[in-house]
Amino acid sequence: MRVLKKAFLAAAGFVITTGLATAQTTIKWLHIEANPAQVKIWEEVARDFESKTQGVKIEMQYLENEAYKAKAPTLLQSRDRPHIIYSWAGGVLKSQVEAGVLEDITALVQDHKDKLSASAVAAFTINGKVYGLPHSVSQVGFMANKELLGKAGVDAASIKTWDDLLSAVRKLKAAGITPLAVGGADKWPIHFYWTHLAGRIGGRPAFQAALKNEAGGFEAEPFQKAGELFKQLVDLQPFQNGFLGFKSQPAIGHFGDGNAAMILAISSFYHTQKVFAANKTGITDDKLTWIDFPSVPGGKGESSDTLGGINGWLVTKGAPKETVAFLKYFISEDVQKRLAGGNFVIPTFKGAESGLGSAFMRNIAKNVAASKYHQNFWDQDLGPSVGRVVNDSTAELAGGTMTPGAVAKAIQNASRQGN
Amino acid sequence: MLAISDGSRLTSRRWRPRESSGRLTVLLFFLPPALVLFSLFVVMPVGEAAWYSLFNWNGFGSPTKWVGLDNYRFVLENKAFFTAIRNNLLIIAASLLLQLPLALVLAIMLADRFRGAVSLRMVFFMPYILAEIATGLIFSFVYDGNYGLLAGIYRWFGAGDAPHLLANQATAFPAILVVIIWKYFGFHMMLYIAALQSMDRNIVEAARIDGASRWQELRYVVIPTLYPTIRLSVFFAVVGSLQLFDLIMPLTGGGPADSSHTMVSFLYNFGVTRMRVGFGSAVGVILFLVCVTFALTYKRWFMRND
Repeated sequence: MRVLKKAFLAAAGFVITTGLATAQTTIKWLHIEANPAQVKIWEEVARDFESKTQGVKIEMQYLENEAYKAKAPTLLQSRDRPHIIYSWAGGVLKSQVEAGVLEDITALVQDHKDKLSASAVAAFTINGKVYGLPHSVSQVGFMANKELLGKAGVDAASIKTWDDLLSAVRKLKAAGITPLAVGGADKWPIHFYWTHLAGRIGGRPAFQAALKNEAGGFEAEPFQKAGELFKQLVDLQPFQNGFLGFKSQPAIGHFGDGNAAMILAISSFYHTQKVFAANKTGITDDKLTWIDFPSVPGGKGESSDTLGGINGWLVTKGAPKETVAFLKYFISEDVQKRLAGGNFVIPTFKGAESGLGSAFMRNIAKNVAASKYHQNFWDQDLGPSVGRVVNDSTAELAGGTMTPGAVAKAIQNASRQGN
Repeated sequence: MLAISDGSRLTSRRWRPRESSGRLTVLLFFLPPALVLFSLFVVMPVGEAAWYSLFNWNGFGSPTKWVGLDNYRFVLENKAFFTAIRNNLLIIAASLLLQLPLALVLAIMLADRFRGAVSLRMVFFMPYILAEIATGLIFSFVYDGNYGLLAGIYRWFGAGDAPHLLANQATAFPAILVVIIWKYFGFHMMLYIAALQSMDRNIVEAARIDGASRWQELRYVVIPTLYPTIRLSVFFAVVGSLQLFDLIMPLTGGGPADSSHTMVSFLYNFGVTRMRVGFGSAVGVILFLVCVTFALTYKRWFMRND
């Protein structure tokens, strides 16, 4: 027995000392990127960082978009939480900050944050404290298949106003082409229509007033009218058959397969329409074009205003100190240019957009740069509770089970219930 | 008389302490583990949920914003909640009227030993073994109006475009009901087969000798002996329907327009994903009360003698 005990102690001692010798800091990095080509670059970046920094290991974890949103609150409060998490900023970020699950990294990024787009950094700054760094921005607008538009005699460049869009949809319908693909089962792809319309009609002041519950809140005139205009489109039955059963990814694939002429897209769909297309090439650059979200005559929003994502990485409470160093490396000029070169993102590092390879993505970068009011996705900005109601009710509007007035009312009610 | 009764008291006195102390030891040893587990995993979570349901809380930190019974009011004001309850009742109805009779008929056919009986039983039991999420994914492909099996069948018959069953409010839930029946009838069939095989064959033979027809034999002998099993399988069907969640998520996620939620998927969608833990807890408490009430009354009224 005694011998055994000694042997055991010796073994344990050996394990402990060798364990110490190769002690490693593991940075757990949770992302939601579904594009394997982009993830591959990220992995290379992580390996680069590991080779530069002794004793650090970066572990990538993936969750699907919707699954991530659902799991985040539980995940963040567990002791095993990832150190870096994906964020769309906005109301969700605010509640995470209030809950104290994020690390204040203001001091650590002082030397870095001025190199990034100021408005993007501002989205991750709450009460003067920085909790994360933005790595990309995006714009919402129509991605269009020129070939299909041409068959119906529609010129993409001529779609400037909402009525232009409606008449294009009519022409496409008449030519037997599905005008629009949309992932109705996920709901958020539909909410872009209503929220972008509301932005075009009411501009920033209407949104700000609604947030403060002034001037009728979300039941104010711009929001009512957004519903009515969207209803005009819905009444033309512009979407693919069974659109309420399509999740976002198959819907993007539907467009990528050339089954629909347009899709109201986030600019990053430029890549995903290839990934989710049956032949993996999707719509090629020569056939692909971008249409800025149409303006509404008489609307208070500028046609240069953009709706889009501001995506970043947050550092969670108790993350190892190397985490911020990795983020800085991830959002450095080199890496940002590399991602831009592959046309994966509109970079946030100032000047990195010069690395953008395709004319399509350069155009998006130009739009975002020229925008005086870049509005974050509403469902993120409003927070999970109200945001989901926006998604639910606008999807119901598209499905014909809710009226424009009822949509505005539902959102206003949710906003008043708050969270 | 007195002496005898005294004597009996004596003997009983000598016995009782030892017996009761024996039982006490047994209780002391065997009750705590069960009690600890029960309170840790059943009583405490239920109590916590009831507590959380009184707060407006997003799940971060600890709940501070007391709202009283507001969450219950919000639940009852939500029309999707009543759709969910209706759907739960539809599942129960479909189980009782279609699934269990189907399972019973198949069980009676397959309980006898003949060539192929075992493999047929396996085939019918297979769907039950399949994971719920996998089943949901498989059927979301089957029902796909463009590329699915259903679309293929339509095309084969030259019937034109297949409907997108899961994208239509009128058809989404019936389509889910078909999957539920397909998935779980095998389980009930196995219960019946087990009961049939342990049945005393002599009764059936006695009935035959008495000149009972095949129908009479089933109606008056076989099915009555199955009553306890049927009551059990009804119980499983109802409780299972109240808990149904994982088939719904991959098929429709509760949509379109919240038409295909069950109470649990409603809870998940409106409570968890919206970070409204208080609201979700209120739904949970309501669901718990429904389940407990059902379980207790059913046990008391229908399964008293089983």
